Amino acid sequence: MAAVPQTGNESPTRKSYDGVVACLPVTIPYRRYSTNTAHWWIGRALHELIKPAGLRPKDIDGLAVSSFTVGPDTAVGLTQHFGLSPRWLDHIPFGGASGVIALRRAARAVQAGDAHIVACVAADTNHVDSFRKTLSTFSRFAQDAVYPYGSGGANASFALITKNYMNAYGAKREDFAKLCIAQRDNALSIPHAMMKRKLTLDEYMSARPIAEPIHLFDCVMPCAGAEALLVCREDTARSFNLPAVRILSTIERHNAFAADPMQVRGGWALDADELWSMAGLRPEDVDFVQTYDDYPVISMMQLEDLGFCAKGQGPDFVRSHTFTNDGTFPHNTSGGQLSVGQAGAAGGFLGLVEAMRQLTSQPLGTQVPDARSCLVSGFGMINYDRGLSSCAAILARAA
Amino acid sequence: MTPPLVRPKRKNPFQRTRLPLSPQGVRSRTAHGLTAAAAEGRFALQVCLDCGAAVYPPRDACPSCLSARIPFRDVDSGGTLIAETTVRTSTDPYFRERTPWRVGTVRLDAGPVVVAHLHGDAVEGARVRLELKLDKSGSAVAMALPEKDTPNMADDPHLREMTCDPKFRRVLITDGRMPVGQAMAQAFSDAGAAIVFVGLAEPWKPFPGLDGLRKIERVEIVPLDVTDTESVTEQAQQNGAHIDILVNTAEHVRPGGIVDRHGLTIAREEMDVRYLGLMRLAQAFGPILRFRGADGVNSAAAFVNLLSVHALMNWPTYGSYSATEAACLSAAQCMRAELRPGGVKVVNVFFGPLETEWFQTVPPPKVAPAMLANAVVRTLRQGAEDAFVGDIAEDIRQRLAVNPKALEREMAS
Amino acid sequence: MPVPIDLLSFARAVADGDIRVIDLTQTLSQEFPTIVLPPELGQCAPFRMEEVSRYDERGPAWYWNNISLGEHTGTHFDAPIHWISGKDLPNNAVDTIDAAKFIAPACVLDCSKECAANPDFALTVPFVEQWEVRHGRIEPGSWVLLRTDWSKRSYPDYAGLRDDGAHTPGPEPTVVKWFVEERDVHGFGTETIGTDFGQGHHFNPPYPAHFYMHGKGRFGLQCLTNLDLLPPKGALIIAAPLKIKQGSGSPLRVLALVAGGTA
Repeated sequence: MAAVPQTGNESPTRKSYDGVVACLPVTIPYRRYSTNTAHWWIGRALHELIKPAGLRPKDIDGLAVSSFTVGPDTAVGLTQHFGLSPRWLDHIPFGGASGVIALRRAARAVQAGDAHIVACVAADTNHVDSFRKTLSTFSRFAQDAVYPYGSGGANASFALITKNYMNAYGAKREDFAKLCIAQRDNALSIPHAMMKRKLTLDEYMSARPIAEPIHLFDCVMPCAGAEALLVCREDTARSFNLPAVRILSTIERHNAFAADPMQVRGGWALDADELWSMAGLRPEDVDFVQTYDDYPVISMMQLEDLGFCAKGQGPDFVRSHTFTNDGTFPHNTSGGQLSVGQAGAAGGFLGLVEAMRQLTSQPLGTQVPDARSCLVSGFGMINYDRGLSSCAAILARAA
Repeated sequence: MTPPLVRPKRKNPFQRTRLPLSPQGVRSRTAHGLTAAAAEGRFALQVCLDCGAAVYPPRDACPSCLSARIPFRDVDSGGTLIAETTVRTSTDPYFRERTPWRVGTVRLDAGPVVVAHLHGDAVEGARVRLELKLDKSGSAVAMALPEKDTPNMADDPHLREMTCDPKFRRVLITDGRMPVGQAMAQAFSDAGAAIVFVGLAEPWKPFPGLDGLRKIERVEIVPLDVTDTESVTEQAQQNGAHIDILVNTAEHVRPGGIVDRHGLTIAREEMDVRYLGLMRLAQAFGPILRFRGADGVNSAAAFVNLLSVHALMNWPTYGSYSATEAACLSAAQCMRAELRPGGVKVVNVFFGPLETEWFQTVPPPKVAPAMLANAVVRTLRQGAEDAFVGDIAEDIRQRLAVNPKALEREMAS
Repeated sequence: MPVPIDLLSFARAVADGDIRVIDLTQTLSQEFPTIVLPPELGQCAPFRMEEVSRYDERGPAWYWNNISLGEHTGTHFDAPIHWISGKDLPNNAVDTIDAAKFIAPACVLDCSKECAANPDFALTVPFVEQWEVRHGRIEPGSWVLLRTDWSKRSYPDYAGLRDDGAHTPGPEPTVVKWFVEERDVHGFGTETIGTDFGQGHHFNPPYPAHFYMHGKGRFGLQCLTNLDLLPPKGALIIAAPLKIKQGSGSPLRVLALVAGGTA
């Protein structure tokens, strides 16, 4: 009888994503508050998806939806709402990990012929009090074991993670500042960015504390918005004249390293080797990186866990690189959520959609020079005291 | 270092009273296993009977072996505070007006990692001990205290929010006629209450102990007859806004059963003193206590019932008394829900036979009035809401948890 | 032939004040002391009121109370059935006593000065004989009311409770027997709680006022007040208890009618 394979160390027996592409990156410009429903924002995104290729709603035969505020509906209700009749339907409730996970689900469906054109949409509205309502009912563990403790939300939870990381590896606030400041520079040319000005080190350091050591500019601004893309066969994209992006590899993991007393690493550390070997690339080969930036400490962890430096070397790596689009390590090329805002679940698609723009030379902001391949990383779902979901994808410009 | 609590100044009569708010009290059913432990001042977590793992947060299967046999058990509360933060802004109205609020991650020696409230003297990197407390919502929360007691520890404002500490609070002992009431007055005076009102009914009936009562520091005797609606109403109108803790010491103990009793006059008196008396106190004092649940350092904190443990299981030798106590217990449970919006705790202190006149022929172990009084103060300091005082009460609590029907038979034999 | 009595003129005299109505009744209130018996025995219920409504959501246009009390709470009447010695007499309960017996004249014996000096003042035959020298013989069928001014005292002094029981004035056994056998009195009334001497449980027989009065089918009145407003003789007492089925007594309104202007 064959031994049970060890996770994370197996030779690449995973099937490639040949023949499948992602195309049509769509962003519905964010607004700080919106009286519209999530349904409205999803509808805008779907509309933008079908217009350029002259598709009709019935051409969309696969749908993946990510949204926190679409209740009481789930994906099924949306099919009738939008007049879609998909033969493949998925609800991807993984927050900041939703983008890459929707991509890899849709890609396999298209590869297997279960669907031809899959719309992947993430959208959330932001009513004036929707943030508070989302917090108190986020998860059972949050309800039982987090919210009653100061109700500081994710800010408090990540403050603890940040504090512990700083204690463990000597990271300083100045190191996090460097990432935030570079991201803000990358966002200066994004029209719908929530944060519209340059950020200085002084401003970052003297910003008001939210939950020490997290201060104002470590936090994303919740807003309303939508991000979307299509997944289809390469020849389908070509037939519609749509610039496309190839998927070289993907990984996904939930509840990794449960025995770690506090989160200092995510699931990427388990699966990064497989990510690179499946793509046939090394970390130094990619031209830019989109990390999930709910808090700068998590971006730093992703740089370590995805292989750009060793565990604990994140601070050093940050000090010895520059992260603007014209820098030595272009990172979060449209500014990330920290600059643009977090439109709920759309935050999990932001990096992926921006990566697709960069790789098809249609950025909203500045272009990373010679952008041929990149890594997109996702993270999310702070269930109790740590983010449970991690994922990543290596993408390349289609020929 | 916790600064010692300063005796509060007189309330500004022109200032609006800050109204009570509640942190979120919703919990899964399983998580209320922590509430059960906190109610009795115990520290308990789920422990897997099959693999021995201690589990937190509460859940419905062991994360190590998927066994469903994970009952709550008392566990070692020691651990290390790994990381802390100070919440400065909150979307929750309760915490919003109480920031800055420290929370931290504690790694328990027993295994799990717990996000907890922090006592001001709990230091990052140092050893702590966790306690389960009932917060203002009435649900359990974990609080990390320094491993060894520190000076003025009880005065920490966030800890005081979870407890009903008598220090600087104004107390009403409803009946000072009997030894229990007198011992209660002494215990609260010793515990630093700002004033101890002691109610006396029927002043034309002398009793031993009046001189002793008058000698206790900060005691003020007030007219109060719990069998007289007008008397209770009047006392509440006069002093209700100056009472933070009410301890109902009105008692009525007589041996005798139900079938083998002759007549109803004793039962009527018993119900009038104990059950209707409780209802009068609840109606007269409840609303003002609930209103003042967030009214500063000496906010209204607790309504304390002294209940025979036989409220939980009738003792036929004192069968009518047991039934009346059971009525009081049920009323107290109702009151708990009604006073919770004010963050006021209804505290039930159960005792077995007392070392008092009407239990004279009952063999020991019995509870002396001073022991009962000290237990009440201790329970309020802990912030617990159910206490069992003395060996008999504890024994009955345990037997009830295992096999109530066997206990029923045992009480009758 | 007797002179015909004109009741209308009587009514006019009451209305005009030529016949004064003096209220001998204590207000029924929660604070008023009641008899206290040893704790092992059944106790007299104190007076209590529970408001049913007061022009509020419980009853918008009216105010009323439910009351609870014992047959012997406050100013009250004792019927012969109240005592073991009278238990078998005919018509001995409040509902069976002949209603005519609820109106009778009174002789008021003033021992207020003696009681002021001594709470254990005991009424004796010689004291009454002295009173009769001044005021004439006690007529048969009269109430004998003992004025002690005890009703003017504060409640603790009124109850007079100490380590060994109550210390309040009352009659010795001999004088009670004498009232019944030598003067054929209607009944005995006091300001104190109980018709008996406070320490009357030590007499032989214990509680002689109850024992002898009720044993001979006579009545008792207790917790009276304003006896100091009555003349030694000539007052007419109206004391009609509630018609309680087989009642042993009841709280009641005791009125004294006194003829002529101010006393």
